[in-house]
Amino acid sequence: MRGKLKQSRFEKHHIEDFIGRSYMSLCVLLLVVIIISMVYFVASKGVSTFISGDVTVSDFLFGTKWSPEAEPASYGAFPFIAGSFLVTLLAALIASPLSICAALFMTEIVPGWGKKLLQPVIELLSGIPSVVYGFIGLSVIVPFLRNTFPGQGIGVAAGALVLSVMILPTITSVAADALSSLPQNLKESSFALGATRWQTISRVIIPTTLPAIMTGIVLGMARAFGEALAVQMVIGNAPFVPRSLFESASTLTSVITLGMGNTTMGSAHNNSLWSMALVLMLMTFVFIFLVRLLERRNKI
Amino acid sequence: MQFRKSWIMTLALTSVVALAACGNNATTNNGGNNAAATNAPTEASSGADLSGSVLASGSTALQPLVEQVAEKFMETNTGVDIQVQGGGSGTGLTQVAEKQVDIGNSDVFAEEKLKDADAEKAAALVDHQVAVVGIATVTHPDAGVDGLTKQQLVDIFTGKVTNWKEVGGADQKIQIINRPGSSGTRATYESFALGMKTEDLQGSIQEDSSGTVKKMIGETPGAIGYLGLSYLDDSVKAISYEGVEPSVDNVISGKYPVWAYEHMYTNGEPTEAVKAFLDYFLTDEVQTGDVVELGYIPASKMQVSRDLEGNVTTK
Amino acid sequence: MKPRTVDKIATGVIVFFALLIVGILLGLLGYILMRGLSHVSLDFLFSPPQKIRAGGGVGPQLFNSIYLLVLTLLITVPLGLGAGIYMAEYARPGRITGFIRLIVEVLSSFPSIVVGLFGLLLIVNYFNLGFSLVSGALALTVFNLPLMVRITEQAFRTVPKQQKEAGFALGLSKWKIVTSVLFPVALPTIITGTILSAGRVFGEAAALMFTAGMSSPRLNFNNWNPLSPTSPLNPFRPAETLAVHIWKINSEGLAPDAAQIAAGASAVLVITILIFNLAARFFGRYIYRKLTASKRMN
Repeated sequence: MRGKLKQSRFEKHHIEDFIGRSYMSLCVLLLVVIIISMVYFVASKGVSTFISGDVTVSDFLFGTKWSPEAEPASYGAFPFIAGSFLVTLLAALIASPLSICAALFMTEIVPGWGKKLLQPVIELLSGIPSVVYGFIGLSVIVPFLRNTFPGQGIGVAAGALVLSVMILPTITSVAADALSSLPQNLKESSFALGATRWQTISRVIIPTTLPAIMTGIVLGMARAFGEALAVQMVIGNAPFVPRSLFESASTLTSVITLGMGNTTMGSAHNNSLWSMALVLMLMTFVFIFLVRLLERRNKI
Repeated sequence: MQFRKSWIMTLALTSVVALAACGNNATTNNGGNNAAATNAPTEASSGADLSGSVLASGSTALQPLVEQVAEKFMETNTGVDIQVQGGGSGTGLTQVAEKQVDIGNSDVFAEEKLKDADAEKAAALVDHQVAVVGIATVTHPDAGVDGLTKQQLVDIFTGKVTNWKEVGGADQKIQIINRPGSSGTRATYESFALGMKTEDLQGSIQEDSSGTVKKMIGETPGAIGYLGLSYLDDSVKAISYEGVEPSVDNVISGKYPVWAYEHMYTNGEPTEAVKAFLDYFLTDEVQTGDVVELGYIPASKMQVSRDLEGNVTTK
Repeated sequence: MKPRTVDKIATGVIVFFALLIVGILLGLLGYILMRGLSHVSLDFLFSPPQKIRAGGGVGPQLFNSIYLLVLTLLITVPLGLGAGIYMAEYARPGRITGFIRLIVEVLSSFPSIVVGLFGLLLIVNYFNLGFSLVSGALALTVFNLPLMVRITEQAFRTVPKQQKEAGFALGLSKWKIVTSVLFPVALPTIITGTILSAGRVFGEAAALMFTAGMSSPRLNFNNWNPLSPTSPLNPFRPAETLAVHIWKINSEGLAPDAAQIAAGASAVLVITILIFNLAARFFGRYIYRKLTASKRMN
């Protein structure tokens, strides 16, 4: 009697274990299916521009003339690629020092209430939706730039400023994590040698955590590169490589949002937009690759 | 046990929150919807035999009108269910050509979007012109110009003229607020106001949506652009074209040439419900009611008509 | 310069920048709430929008946002828990696990517009689900799922090893250990993470423009049959969310008070995100306290 009971319980365990395991494997499998189908569908749409012979890869990537509705049409996407890189780099340039200072403030200057103060601030900043950022960019940053600098306010500078606020939280939280995971004795030995706080920060803390901080910056750039609506609202969308920071320009994302609904699926214009989506996707891979590279250096 | 309790509690809490959210909405919205609901049955007898579902998608400019007319149509024809979606003219044409929707709304002729390899698809589509939009040239109020000729506009949009004083206005730099190349409004403006396709100029601003264009022109000194007549207000200044005021009357009489049809395309001959809906669109009740109310010009009132090539004939 | 002086200046700069960030947030919140709150009223929250007249509300949009969030969580939470637990407890370190971790990382950093386009191509057009709540929820799943996986995995990893070992010592099966020992301990972290990720879903617009659509058919809030086209619960109807509505009204709004409505809707959106953040903190702490307290009683 007892033996039988034990056996059935044993079996029940096994069945439960089996079902649970299968379910979980299925979930993991689903992740794989999602990514494969995404890459497949976007890529197959994206390369159709080149297969149909409307434009060659090099003309697309390096051509500077974008006039898809003209006769003859030309599909040079270089202005958009350049625009995307430009706003992304500028945003990282503005946001990085701010973020690193915020992370130092949270972990080194006033570790107690500094973290209590900034942690919710960072979480809220990352929670504000991008349309709201765009709305504020259009009604605060653009008029401010218009009144302070030459030009119309709209342009690369406005886009970079909006993006820099949007990526602040990403960089700050990664940098703060890296700083707080630093072994305490490293700092203590520096202080013991009579170094000031700034000397410790600049010669010990920053150099050792640099790869991790760079990881945060790259992740921030990945977000900036892919951001669509907020940028599109303030950048001006002229299909040219801008000559100044206060001139209207376009990014890959802004041109996709503007054109996707207005073109018919399968037309050359529409296909070229899909090629841009493919470029965005490939850039995501590049950013992840960079992050991986930095993480490996961080471990050594 | 411990785990199960907390799990149930979590579940219960979430469902309560969800229910509360729904419940709130339900109770407060009763007022508005009851009125509509009580109206419907009284008139339902006329179209009770009609049934089916209609799916329309496409132009965001036409969407509010189609939505409003659909709501009225459904009040009298309770058996019909009409869904109106946006997505843009290109999306609407794609989806109606693929038979994913019954009606594709578009700001431009289907042939202009579906060309080359897709020309066959355009041939299968049946055009229903339900309204007309007039497009006005618009400037910032301080530009100091009341009207421009076609040549002056061409000079401005091709970058030959860059200061307002060259066309008789204030001494101010001209800032072009254009639309992207895929925009139907831009296609119309270029065909009928400029008479030519223009290249994008370095430094010009491009916005797709009329609301943003209006905001930009109103805020940017020296700005010029173009807007549908329904978007005009005091923040911007509509100027005349070749001496003709952009007004509804001038569009109807054919004096003012910058206008375009709003199209509702069906793939082949429409089904009964779709046909009834499109017929209803052209009744006087809708054309002089909702169409005018939402700032469009009734297609039925037009004294001139225009074909795909842009040839204008007097009716 | 003396090191002491440099130290003082550097500290000053760091403190200034940190406070600047706090200032930016306060400025943002202040601006949004100042501009928007005056327009927010109960009527605004529950009445449907007007096309050309002033005085429209955001009732259906608010409902759509909440409903879409619920649908998305219904899909992602079970799937995310499954995959996350697998990654934390079952996966052996190796190539395949590394690959899956890479997938999670890539999926969570895809630009939302690319996710939206993918949704348009596959879900809306290919599967012919049209612009609908389901399409939107599935698109949102694509980037909420990797977040859930990561949250679950991290939550399970923070559970002290001894608890698991104690389970094994008692002769419990792995499944029992996972569900009855580890899961309750990990739950507060999971809930906090889920609520925070929900905030992101709530504010998403770029992916939804191409999937859930930009129109909101008239809803009959007395009709709770999920299959009826006018029912708010019907998952196959197009649904404009609050975030998309802000975008649309900013760009195409014909109503004379479009700017105020956009400001008001932004304020509502931001307040909701604030509530999510507070709720995440409160909920996590509450459940943690509850669980640890009851354990002592046993």
